[in-house]
Formats: sequence, C-alpha cells, structure tokens
Amino acid sequence: MDSQKLTLFNRIKDSDIYFSFIKSPTAIVSTFILIVIFFCSFFVEFVTPYNPFDPSSLSLMDAFTPPSWTEDGLAKFILGTDGQGRDMLATILYGSRISLIVGFSAVLFALVLGVGLGLSAGYFGGKYEMFVMRFTDVQLTVPSILMALLVDGIARGIISRELHDEMAIYVLIFAIGISEWPQFARVSRAATLVEKNKDYVSASTIIGVSNIIIMFKHILPNIMRPVLVIGTIGLALAIIAEATLSFLGVGVPPTTPSLGTLIRLGNDFLFSGEWWITFFPAIFLVILAFSINLLGDWMRDTLNPKLN
Amino acid sequence: MTFLKIKNLSVNYEMRRETVYAAKKVNINVEKGEILGLVGESGSGKSTVGNAIINLIDEPGKVSGGSIILDGTDIYENPENILKLRGKKIGLIFQDPQTSLNPILTIGEQLIETIQTHLKLNTEEAKNRAINLLKEVGIKDAETRFNNYPHQFSGGMRQRVVISLALCCEPELLIADEPTTALDVSIQSQILDLIKRLTKERNLAVILITHDMGVISETTNRVAVMKNGNLVEIGPTKEILTKPKEIYTKALISSVPPTNKKINRFKIIEKENKNEGETNIKILNRWSKKEIIEQDLVKVKNLSKTFDDNFFTESSKNSVMAVDDVSFAIKEGESFGLVGESGSGKSTIAKMIVNLYSPSAGDIDFDNVCITKIKSNKEMMKFRKQIQMIFQDPYSSLNGRLKVKDIVSEPIKLHNPSISSKDLDNYIYDLLESVELTQQSAERYPHEFSGGQRQRISIARALATQPRLLVCDEPTSALDVSIQAQILNLLKDLQEQLNLTILFISHDLPVVRQMCDRIAVLKNGKLCEISETEKLFEKPSHNYTKELLNLMPKIESIYN
Repeated sequence: MDSQKLTLFNRIKDSDIYFSFIKSPTAIVSTFILIVIFFCSFFVEFVTPYNPFDPSSLSLMDAFTPPSWTEDGLAKFILGTDGQGRDMLATILYGSRISLIVGFSAVLFALVLGVGLGLSAGYFGGKYEMFVMRFTDVQLTVPSILMALLVDGIARGIISRELHDEMAIYVLIFAIGISEWPQFARVSRAATLVEKNKDYVSASTIIGVSNIIIMFKHILPNIMRPVLVIGTIGLALAIIAEATLSFLGVGVPPTTPSLGTLIRLGNDFLFSGEWWITFFPAIFLVILAFSINLLGDWMRDTLNPKLN
Repeated sequence: MTFLKIKNLSVNYEMRRETVYAAKKVNINVEKGEILGLVGESGSGKSTVGNAIINLIDEPGKVSGGSIILDGTDIYENPENILKLRGKKIGLIFQDPQTSLNPILTIGEQLIETIQTHLKLNTEEAKNRAINLLKEVGIKDAETRFNNYPHQFSGGMRQRVVISLALCCEPELLIADEPTTALDVSIQSQILDLIKRLTKERNLAVILITHDMGVISETTNRVAVMKNGNLVEIGPTKEILTKPKEIYTKALISSVPPTNKKINRFKIIEKENKNEGETNIKILNRWSKKEIIEQDLVKVKNLSKTFDDNFFTESSKNSVMAVDDVSFAIKEGESFGLVGESGSGKSTIAKMIVNLYSPSAGDIDFDNVCITKIKSNKEMMKFRKQIQMIFQDPYSSLNGRLKVKDIVSEPIKLHNPSISSKDLDNYIYDLLESVELTQQSAERYPHEFSGGQRQRISIARALATQPRLLVCDEPTSALDVSIQAQILNLLKDLQEQLNLTILFISHDLPVVRQMCDRIAVLKNGKLCEISETEKLFEKPSHNYTKELLNLMPKIESIYN
C-alpha cells in the first residue's frame, strides 16, 4: 500500500461505488436527468425569462397557446401557455421546485423520525421495542394516502382559513412524512439488530461508552446504507404522494402550484383540446419519479451488503 | 499410470484493480489408495486447486493454463467430460455440514436423488443402497434415520451424511475441503478415522485440504504445501514435517504450537510486519504499573447463567443452562486458561466477567469487590477501566466506519477527558508501536489491514485504558498459524512487561498449553477440573480431559 495521503476526492474516485457507477449507464443517465431537473428548478429565475406569478407580466392574449412546434404555436412559448397566458415550461419548473422541496423535506422528516425510533427500538429491545414496532404495524395497515388525507383534514380543522394557505406546505410535509416513517423504522431496526451483536459494539460497552454514543457514533453509520436506499425510493414516493394530494385538491393551493396542482388545473381543459396544459406537467412528473427510482434501484444493488 | 495428474495448472481471477493468480503452474499427482494433504494458509490457493478439479471455480476466476487428467481423461478438453465425472467419479465433502445439506428434504430423499441422477436404479434399489451407505459411514439405526431431516442430526453425524452422499456413486477420487474445521476435536477424530478407513476399504484417492498441521500429520500419506498460489514443496508427510527443505515450510511448522511441551516463545522465521529487532513496549513509561500482589484478582463464585426464551412459553420450559455452578479464582499476574468444546459456556463466563451479561446466580469479585452487584454507572466505570477484552473475530470487532486513530482514542478520551490533543496523538502512536504497528496506521481504516493486524489494533484498544485483567476470547482462532504465533508472542511480551493478568479462552489445547499457567476444563457449562498446565497435560484427572487430550491431533505423532 502506498503511503500517499488519500484525499476525500481520491477516496471517492477509488471506491467501489464510483466504479460501479461509471459501469452503469442507467445510473449515469438518471443522475444526469436529475441534476438537470434540480438545477433548472432551483435556479428557475435564471433559466427562464418568465415569472408565472407576476400578474403584470401576463397577457390574456397569450392564453391557450399550443406548443411551439404545432401550427398555432409561438416560438417564445416552447411548451405553450395555460388558461391565464402563463408559459408552461416556466410554470412546470416553478411547480417542480415546490414538489422537490416538499418531497425532500417529507423524506427527511420521515427518516429522522423513523431511524430514531427504529434504531433505539432495535438497540434497547424489550417492551419499548414491542411498542414501537407494533405501532408501525398498525400504521402500515392504513394506506398512506388515507393517512395523509386524515392529517390534512385535522389540520384544516385546527388552523384558521387565512392561515391555511400559508401553512399548507408544512401540513403537506408533515402528512407525507408521517405516512412514510414506518418503512424507515423497520429497516433501521432490522439493521440495528444485526449490528448491535457485533463485537465492536461489545468492545465499546466494555470500555464504558454510553448507550447514546454507541447508538449514534458506532451503529448509526453502519446502518446508513439500507436507510439511504429506502430514502431514495421514498423520495420518489413522496413526490408522487404530494402530486396525488395536490391533484385531489388538498395539497398546495393554486396560487403556488406544484406539479400535482398543475395536472389538476390542466385536467379541466383536456376534453376541450388543450391537452398540453396537463400533459407536460404529467410527463415531467413521470420522468422525475422514474429517474429517482432507477437511481434507487442501482443504489440497492450496489450497496447490498450480500453482493459485496 | 498416475490416477490424477494436475499439470501446470494456473488459475486467474481478473479483478477490477489487478489480476490475482490463485494458482501458478501447480503440478500434483495423486495415486489410488493414498491421502494427499493440501496445506497452506488462507489465500494460498489450496481450495482453488480443489475446485479446479471439479470445475467449480467462481466467476471471475478461470483456468488459464495447464491440464487436469483423471484416469486418462482430460477434464478441461471437453466441457461435457466434467459433467460425467462430477458426482460419479469425483466425490466432494465441504467444510460446513450445516449448509451442504438441504434442510427441507430428508436425508433419504437427498441420497436417493443423488443415486438416481447417476445410476440407473429404481427407488427400492436406490433406497437399499442408501441405507447400506449410511451404515458404512457409521450411522446407527440407518433404516429409521433414513427418514430424518438434517436438523435432527448432530454436526458430526451430519458430516457423516455428507460423506455418504459423496460416496453414493462409487467415486474413485474424494476431495475433502476442510472437512473437520467446523467440528469439535472429539468429532473431528471420528471423521478423520472414517476417511482413513474408507480410503483403504474402497481404494480411493483422497485430497484433504486443510490448514491444520495436526490433521495433516495424523491422516495423510503425502503432503503438498502451498503459498500464494505456488506449490512450495510436495512429498511424503513424514519427510516434509520432519525435514522440510524450503524456508516457508520450516516457518509454517515452527509456528505450530507443540502439543507435548511448553516453549517460551514461538520462533518467527517470516514476519508479517517487517520491523525487526526487540519488541519495544513504548507505553511502559505511561503505564502506572502495579506491583503483583499475592492475591486472587478475580474470584468466580457459584456462577450460573440461564438463557430463556420465555416469550410465548413458560420460562422454565425453554431455558438453556449455559453455565452451571462454576467457581474458580484467577491469581494476579497469571494466565488462566478456560478450555472447552463449543457450547461449554466458556464465552458466556467471559462475557459475565466483562459485565456484558449479568449472571443468573452467583457472584464475581474483582480485586475483592463484588462487581456483579454494582448498579451505578459511575461506580462501574472504575472497573470497566481495569477489565478489557479481545475478541475472536477480527473483522467484526472493529467499527469499519472509524479510522484506527479514532478507534484507539475512544477509550483514552473517555477515561481521561482532559488529555491534550498532542498528548493524545503521542499516546496513540505509543500504543500502536507497542503492538508493532506503524504510526501511519493511525490514519487508515480497518479494512486496509489483514486479520492479524486487525487483532493488533484490537489489542491496542484494549490496552488504552491500562487494564489489569485482559480477557482473550479465542483471540487467534480466526488467524493463520504463523500470524497466531506472532500474536501469542505479543501477548506474552505484553503480559510480562505490563504485569497483566490474562484470562485466555480457547478450544485449541496446544495453544492453551503455550499460554497458560493454570487451566480450567469446562463441559456443558460445568467445571470438570482445574489444575496447573503441565499437570493437566501430563496427568489429567478427569475422564473428559483425558479424552480431549487423547483425541487432539498431534503434529508430533509423525515422529512415532
């Protein structure tokens, strides 16, 4: 072994994960698509000249312009415009930003909650573990969309109408997160049960390291592989769940539309021939979720400890 | 004519970073009626040669040159040849009898299936043949046992069934890959006797792959020594073991712990770490060395431990008595050995002493304080510091996500939070050098080290709290003999210089003889006898001890 100092970059370049990444065309393509989508969504102000939420820049004269390659299309609106004359491409990118924020936050919320409970349940065992795991079993019997609808309904009851639109996005994150955490709890508990019987945990106990430090410094980094895989696939699920809720009208309000809201709004025009208003947000959602899932599949295969 | 002729066999594994040559131009001949031992340390290519004979080399490995001629047929000339030979002319015995039988089929079904695949017999004839085979390998009551499932057999019996499966179709060549490594000594000798008997009765050619020199000396006619894919030496067993020509063979034999005498240190001819010279125990100047007082450091009094699975049933029904009323005392400064076969409760006792398990009954006194009754965490920390442990498996005993530096510094920082970062670094370097690792090791991750080096890191971590008692739970059973010799030497040096008391747990009697002053023998959780090491080996008083000593494979038996 040469004594050269390994920088972080060199370690990544040298790792088996990087090697399997450059050998997998699906992983490369899906990562590329995701990077483009993330970049365009979060820097949308610099990507497109239109701001669909600035009423002064909109002109009703432009409403219902079909995509640019069709007969009546205009070159300045590549994917056409909706009923209020907003550019579809800009609207989709602004919408996908909200979808991504909701998706990431919901997964993060579910991950912290689920891993925290699963890790501690697996580590401490006993009655506490029984209670936590039976609770996840009960929650898994309720379909996650129903769960999210329930949370949304309760939130509507508690929060006043004026506040509701402002709070909608937080309610949505909470609703999706709370419906996804049992997956994380189960996976991290199972991985913890394997890790806690390894000798390095015994060694730390004998040294006198406290339970909290053993859990977070020793076990947590060793169970992150399966959790990350579940997290990636969970991200796609969360984005779709957000779209479903918004499509049903209980998600984010139409004033700040997400992808699901756009699909719902466009749905009304589908039968009057303005197909592009709902078609493009839908296709965009499919590509986004599909890319995340492909990346998740690749991660599952690569990070699977059984195959190493 | 030679029965099996391996000529210039080369096997390559094309890996991502490099090509690994698992076998390099190996030439071996095997005659009928002889047992050829194939011996070497891990990674020497001994199993690769065995697998190449039956064409079972895993991807990405491939045979890149040479030929294997069995009874005049070249195995690699035509891919169909091997299909005809495998199972029919060549029988195989694997290491682990737990996994080489299908758990959902009775052994009868498995035998009949194998017989009918190769021979044209109807079910009745196949059944008769199977029962005869079971009788031949020494399974009593074969007619009834025929309908049992694998889990109803003990480990040794299961290995007998595996052998009967291998013998189904009258093979002429038997390949046994570590057939007794997973078994206890008493069962090991039965299985080896069986293989020897079958070789004679059936005029088989046998290739016995093993790392155990004792097994080699007691079983084989000829032996081939392998290292890094090269054939080092081949010849009659007696000649190789008594008058080895090559340096590597000499090193291998000198690192095997002798069973008939106690030696002071192992002679190390080839070293894993290249730094030469006397061991330099640098932590000595930091060590607050305690003078050895004439006293019992550890007193174990009527200790018992039951494990019960009382989730659905009443607790008394499913409980297992792992340790049953065991009492002994360890004097300060001595090495105390705990010996027993698997399931004897030796590891459970160790885990109770280091306070990982709490006993069901009885007490453990450390330095005249009862440590099993301590409730407060603060009180316990004082003792945690003084009792440390080294584990069996060097791969699971280090957290792979932490650098060696962080692994070793954890106990130091915990017990001395005010240590300055410069002093901490120096302390870590001193510890690493004391276990003969370089300072650069501190910045690396555990996966960059070999098994022996990992065990050294584990020892460094245990020494970081300056313990008085070091519990070693089979510290070398996962290591090769030459590495084992180095680790045992290191432990001896450390004990001498640092006045450590050692509790040494092992199933390997020769190793215990080299390491310990007094030995306790355990069987099924009960204590059989405690006595001075030399007395135990020369004049054992308990019948079980006599049996164990009698059955252990002895490398010296070759001289008789």
